Order: sequence, then C-alpha cells, then structure tokens
Amino acid sequence: MSEVTLRATNVHKTFAGPKGSSVTAVNDMSLEIASGEFVALGGSSGCGKSTILLIAGGLLRPDQGELEIMGTRPYEVDSTRRASIRSQYIGFVFQQFHLVPYLDALDNVLAPTLARSLPDAEDKAMALLENFGLTERRHHVPSALSVGEQQRVALARALLLEPKLLLADEPTGNLDPENADSILDHLVAFAKEGGAVLMVTHDDRAASQASRSIRMEKGSIVESVS
Amino acid sequence: MNLRRLIGREILHRKLSFGIAVATIATSVAGLVAVVALLGAHDLRTSEMLMRMNKETSAMEEKFTKEMKVYEDSVRKTMKGLGFNIFIFPEGQELGEVYTEGFASKTMPESYTAKLAESKIVTVNHLLPSLTRKLKWPEKERTVILIGIRGEVPIAHRDPKKPLIEPVQKGRIVLGHELHRSLDLQEGNSTMFMGREFIIEKCHRERGTKDDITIWMHLGECQELLEEEGRINAIKALECNCASIDRLGEIRREIAGILPGTKVIETESKALARAEARNKAKKHTQGAIASKKAEAIKLKADREQLRFEDEQKYTALLTVVIFGTMAWVAFLAFANSRDRQAEIGILRAMGVSTSSILAILMGRAFLVGLFGTGVTILLAFLLSDSLKAPLHGYDIKSLRGDIPLVFLFVPLLSCAASWLPALQAANRDPATILRNE
Repeated sequence: MSEVTLRATNVHKTFAGPKGSSVTAVNDMSLEIASGEFVALGGSSGCGKSTILLIAGGLLRPDQGELEIMGTRPYEVDSTRRASIRSQYIGFVFQQFHLVPYLDALDNVLAPTLARSLPDAEDKAMALLENFGLTERRHHVPSALSVGEQQRVALARALLLEPKLLLADEPTGNLDPENADSILDHLVAFAKEGGAVLMVTHDDRAASQASRSIRMEKGSIVESVS
Repeated sequence: MNLRRLIGREILHRKLSFGIAVATIATSVAGLVAVVALLGAHDLRTSEMLMRMNKETSAMEEKFTKEMKVYEDSVRKTMKGLGFNIFIFPEGQELGEVYTEGFASKTMPESYTAKLAESKIVTVNHLLPSLTRKLKWPEKERTVILIGIRGEVPIAHRDPKKPLIEPVQKGRIVLGHELHRSLDLQEGNSTMFMGREFIIEKCHRERGTKDDITIWMHLGECQELLEEEGRINAIKALECNCASIDRLGEIRREIAGILPGTKVIETESKALARAEARNKAKKHTQGAIASKKAEAIKLKADREQLRFEDEQKYTALLTVVIFGTMAWVAFLAFANSRDRQAEIGILRAMGVSTSSILAILMGRAFLVGLFGTGVTILLAFLLSDSLKAPLHGYDIKSLRGDIPLVFLFVPLLSCAASWLPALQAANRDPATILRNE
C-alpha cells in the first residue's frame, strides 16, 4: 500500500492586495499525494498553483489548514526544524532553474549538502550527472550550459538528498520539447521509484505524463483526473 | 561542498565587488598604520631633539665644570696669595649702624682678642683690637674719629710674624691729614686731647677717606679717656688666608666657634672683587645652562602638546575614515546580498539554515577584512625601508607586535559593518524571493 507523502487539509492562503483589499490564493483546499504518484497541477495564471507548491514545500505558511509531509507537520515546528524537514524530504525544481551562478554543475548538484551532509555525496552527484548525461559538463558553470542542461543540473540537485517529494514549478516551461521530454522522463522515473511528484504546469503535454492531473481555479481544485 | 568552498567560489566570481571592499578596508588600515607611524615618527623626532639638546646641555655643563674648576683653582691660588681683611664686631651689633657710622656702638671684652689669638684659628694671621668713637676734640672744637689701637696680638700657636702695623706708643698720637693740616700741627709737636697732653708721633698724608679726620692713640689710653676700660668695639683681622672659595663662610664658622655671637664682615679687597667677578661669571654660565635646560623642558612640553593635537586630529580623521569605511562596506555587503537573493532563496528552500546563510555572508565579510588588512600590512612592510627617511627613521616593522590585534580587529569590524545586511538577507522569506524571481 502506498504511503501518503503529502497531505494538505483545508489549506487557505490570502495575500494582501492593493488599497487594503485581499486576494485569496488558496481556498480551503485539500490534497493528498502518495508515494509513487506523479501529480500535475494545472490552471490559469493566478489560480494559486505556485502558492500551493510553496505551502507544500514548507516555505509559505498557510493562514488556515494543516499540512503533513511524511507525517511531520512543518508549520508546527520552528524554522530550523522546518528547514531540516525540507532538506530531509523535499526537492525543488523551478522554471528559472535557480542554479548558483558561480558554482560548476557538480558543485551545484552538491549544494544541498550545505543543508544536510550525505555520505559519498560526490560519488552520488557524479552518478546523477552521468544519469542526466552531464558528466562531460560537470565543471561548467551555469552560464556555460544550455537551458536544457541547466534544468537537468537543477533536477539532479533536487534529487541528491533522495527526497520523498519533488516539487516542480513549470520545470519544462523554458525548455524545447526534447529537453522537456527528458525532464519529464526523469520525473516519471522518480515517481516509479517510489517518490511523489507535484508538478505545476501549463503544458498539457507535460500534464499528460502525470498519473493524476488536477486543475485549479480561484484557489480551489475544480477537477482531478487520474 | 562546504561553506568555505562556496565562499571562495563566490569571491572568485565577484572579484570586482570583493576587490572594491578589500580596497576600502585596505585604505582604512593604511590610514591606521599611517597615523601610528606618524605619531611614532613624531615621538622619535622629539626624542632625537631632546637627546641633542640634553647632549648640548651636558657638554655645556661639562665644559663649565671644567672651566670653573680651573678658574676656582686659579682664584683660590690668587686669593691665597692676596689674603683679605675682616672685621669682627661685638655680639648684637647692628651692621647697618657700622656701615652708616663707620664703627660699632656696642663693645666687647678686649680679652676676645686674646681668646682668638690663643685659639687654633688657621685662617687669620694678624689680629688688631681697636676701640673707635666719633667725638668732639674739646680743645680744638673739631669732630674727630678716635681710634685706640694696641698693635698686633700675636697668634699663640703660630711662629711669630712680622707685625703689619706698628702700635702707637702711650702718650703719643697719630693724626690724619685734614687734622694736622688745618690745625697746623706737625710731628714732634705736643697737643692737648681731652685734657691730656700727647706728642704727635706721625702725621699721615692725605688719603681722601675718613682717616683724614682720625686720631690714633694707644688702646689703653683711649679706653681710659672714653671710660671703656678693658672694652673694644672691633677686632681687625689682616691677611686672612683661606683655601676654599667660600672663605668668608669658613672664617665665620671658625670665629663663631670661638667667639659666639660676634659678627664678621669682609672689607673690600681685590680678592673680593675677583670672587665677585667669578661669581658673576658662574652665575651667568649657570643661567645659560638653566636656560638651556628650560628650553629643553619647553621643547618637550611643546612637542607633547603638538603630539596631543596631532593625536586628536588623527583620531578624528581616523574615526571618520573608520565610519566611512564601515558604511561603505555595509553598502557593498547589502549590494552583494541583493545580488544573491535568488541564490539565498534556493539555498533556504533546499533546507540550508539561516545561520548557515549568515555564516556564508559573514565569512565573506571576514575575508574582506582579512585581505584588506593583509594587503596593507604587506605593502607597509615592503615599503618600510623606503618610508624610514620621511618618517625620521621610524620603522613600520616595529608595529609587528600589534599586527595580530589588527588582523583580528579589522575583520571583526568588517563583519560588524556587514552584519545588518547579512542578517536581513538571511532572514528574508524564501517564498517571497522565489515567487518574485
């Protein structure tokens, strides 16, 4: 039986808008993702997709509701413990890659070890780079890599600490179809190996790779298709 | 991957920003080194000037001491050769009266002369007791000075010396020039004085002093006429010799031991004039030395005041430089952390703690301080030999004892300046950063 990796219960998040108004980004939303599940989260811009991703990643405290990651409640502990939960269970992939510009590919992949030490980290990083076809590019800084390579480095970095949950925000948004397919293949492979993936995307082709597609509107789930 | 590696890579990546921060710190440290070196050079210059002045003063003193010794020896010899005369007056005698009247109004026993003569006095050669009064020569209606003299009293413990002055025989008198001239008296004449007849033994030539109105007679007869038997009012000591420079003091001490209470004065003499000249010269030279010493003290005070003023000026300047540097380093740290927002956001998202982010930023700030200090100290040491001349010989290398403190203090100052921007960056909400990037 699959274990619940992420459980969000009645999560609500409002942001302050202009002139004292407020904007509801996530409206009483509940969501569960089990291990081995690859969930694609779609919807129009501003529907709250990225907000739920940040809440799920323990980076944005919801106004209401509860969140559990692997049975731990990140918003009920202090920021240090929350950071530890992130490094232990979660990997992030962003549309803009957010690689550290002055570190080469290998060091970028190794960056999460600043949060949590890992035995044989360098060997594991090298294995990941090989898996992503980046062995030859390991000593190149991000500016010397193509966007596809950058995103693969970002994905390798997200996987180094063997997370249980991978949160990907438009991971294929800046990529050509070939590179996008490569990234999606790796996400599918991660899910197949027992990881849980929550991917925010506008791309129907990307969403079609997921085991479940969820569509959001005005902060709420309006459709969930397995 | 570790913090050191990350910091190192970031510095290599943002060389210009790091270089500017290092240059800022280096300038500030250079200011600090310059101030310390300038004050050190000032102290060295002061010390040199004082040493030179003290050397000059010592040379002056040495020369003066040598010259004075030679001079005093010569004076001593001269004085010994010249001898000098003193008067011993009775106890309680006002010397002012002696100077105005020319003789003492008080008297002392004539036996004092014998007491002195029998003592082991070594400084006096000839003793002449006398009794002097100013009175009217009744028979001639003239004011005269009457001096009764006994002749010389031999000093008991010495070989008899040839008397300097012959005594006046009883029944005889000696007259001053004005008396015998105006009264038309001559040697061998007889004349009446206070009812007694005297033969004029000698008529002195004109001296131009009160001697010209003086009558000398035998002391015993004088005492009888004045009804002062056995009393005298002065003992004249002639040809006194004394080896020391403070001869009067020595004689006074010696006489005070024999005739307590008596007063001793020295009469004018060549030796006295020479001693005065010597004292004047001594005083003048001593004044010159004292003035040189005062000049050195003033120089020291002036230099200390100048140093104090310089120190205040430099401290104010250094304070401005340090605060300016801190503000600039803080601004550079702020700019650096702003440039690294996305990096900080993703590191936070990966679970890197706030304290680790802070350590990354502060580590960089520490290195800025360390490199800035290192560059300046290295340059200062390399240039120390060339800087010796303009710094009056001050060697910057002499600061090596303080260098560990500077290497600790400056990086800490750099960290302090970077603390707020770093804290702000480390505590920034990663969600906000990642949403906005």
